[in-house]
Amino acid sequence: MTFSANISLVLPELILGVSALLLLVWGAFSKKTTPVFTGASVLALVVAAAFAAHGPHGHAFNGVYSADAAASYAKVAIFLFSALAIVLGDRWLAARGDQKFEFPVLVILSAVGMGVTASAGDLISLYIGVELQSLALYVLAAFRRDDAKASEAGLKYFVLGALSSGILLYGASLIYGFAGSTRFADIAVASHGAHGLGLLFGLIFVICGLAFKVSAAPFHMWTPDVYEGAPTPVVGFFAAAPKLAAMMMFARVLGDAFPDAVSQWRQVLIIAALLSVFVGAFAGLAQTNLKRLWAYSSIANVGYALLGVATGGEVGIHSMLVFMVLYMVDVTGFFACLQALNRDGKPMETIEDMAGLVKERPGVALALTAFSLSALGLPPFSGFWAKFYVFKAAMGSGDVPLQWAAVLGLVGSVVAAFYYLRLIKAMWFDAPAGAVDKPQPTARAIGFVAALFSFPVVLVALIWLDPAAKLAAAAFGHL
Amino acid sequence: MIGLPHYLIVAAILFTIGVFGIFVNRKNIIVILMSIELILLAVNINLVAFSAYLHNVVGQIFAMFVLTVAAAEAAVGLAILVTFFRNRGDIAVDDASMMKG
Repeated sequence: MTFSANISLVLPELILGVSALLLLVWGAFSKKTTPVFTGASVLALVVAAAFAAHGPHGHAFNGVYSADAAASYAKVAIFLFSALAIVLGDRWLAARGDQKFEFPVLVILSAVGMGVTASAGDLISLYIGVELQSLALYVLAAFRRDDAKASEAGLKYFVLGALSSGILLYGASLIYGFAGSTRFADIAVASHGAHGLGLLFGLIFVICGLAFKVSAAPFHMWTPDVYEGAPTPVVGFFAAAPKLAAMMMFARVLGDAFPDAVSQWRQVLIIAALLSVFVGAFAGLAQTNLKRLWAYSSIANVGYALLGVATGGEVGIHSMLVFMVLYMVDVTGFFACLQALNRDGKPMETIEDMAGLVKERPGVALALTAFSLSALGLPPFSGFWAKFYVFKAAMGSGDVPLQWAAVLGLVGSVVAAFYYLRLIKAMWFDAPAGAVDKPQPTARAIGFVAALFSFPVVLVALIWLDPAAKLAAAAFGHL
Repeated sequence: MIGLPHYLIVAAILFTIGVFGIFVNRKNIIVILMSIELILLAVNINLVAFSAYLHNVVGQIFAMFVLTVAAAEAAVGLAILVTFFRNRGDIAVDDASMMKG
């Protein structure tokens, strides 16, 4: 393959990487964030998403990087949600008079990392992608330097994130040693048939490292603290795009490098998925802070997505890809609404703050209700369809433990229903807790659009999303 | 004769010390950063040992990448630590407990 053909395959990341560097220079010289600057960074992400959607498919640099339908699907979602995060974060920081040009640059850099992980075809590119993504995210978590909570959140995220990278890397070194190669295609050959203990050991370490990144139990400890401490729009970003990227890593490692070891990794994933669902459901019951509550909700939702990955094969990956995109819209909309709401200039972050919101801000209350009902999995909201795909895949797998896991997952979502309904009850039936400031218009608009997506639009969107995810899922296991 | 298993055992011991250093250490966050370095160095020993054993250069290239990323990671970690110190005036591990639950 010629050099220019390789370059044309990595064009989305190349565009983002170059624009991040240009924006950095621009920001360093102009010293302030103008709307043009923010617009340029959003434009870079949208252009990269367009190239990812319509670019050529193939394997670049000797299989280190694969641009296939799965990579396109994930990258379009990741880049567009990163662009949304820039818009929301810019408005939030502007409201606090704390706009810094580093914010869009860091979001773009983490998007580059996520893009690389989504099309990793080699342990080295996987690791570089993970680190590029994580290093930018650590800084974003601690972005408000003078906020003690934010810097503590950043520190905790950094320490546990670095530990998880170390565990991932240790597993990668074992896989390299026992498979004799870092390329997924070669590892797939080495793991075919009788696989040695060393390879399995490495795989377990890698799964643990990735479980940290998606915040699946028992590796979820950092999530509630980081979500509570980090700035609200950053949390909305954390809960969306990086989760999809990490799920794509699971799909890449398990589907591309270890497709024949399903019986080995399925048990591990089932345990992680069930633990996540139940930790998310039960620990969430005790929470009063909405950001912490949604952290536990995201842990539970990651459990469902992992159930899809555990199913494996085209059907399982397909269900996970649909699930993640529907979940991303919900969670982005929820945090957009949360950042739009303030009382006397202070963010409203607890359930008590939301009391009687429907009388003060009926539109935002209605949107938050839609997101809660959707996260609960009530038909016809998007969360129902997301869970429907996952459960259908698990039930149709013919694997008895997996089917039981799906049943238990359903029980977990019934438990979690309590805290979603408690929020709805507070908003609709409690006495108002006082006047609410005028919501920030951009964040509110994004929240409304996401709420509309979560109910009527999702029915139309699925017509298009379903075949796209199917095409993406078919791309795995063909290195 | 020192063979592959010896290197792997050293790396495994270093890795374990690193992981325990993060969880058992209750004093200082700098020690946690050192433990993270220890984990990454354990990985490097693994990679280079495998590379020599397999007569395959990829492991050494991987080790180069790990070294580079470890440097970047330490830079970011120390920067976050500085902001934490400015807010608290202390870097004891037990102090990082504003949020619980």
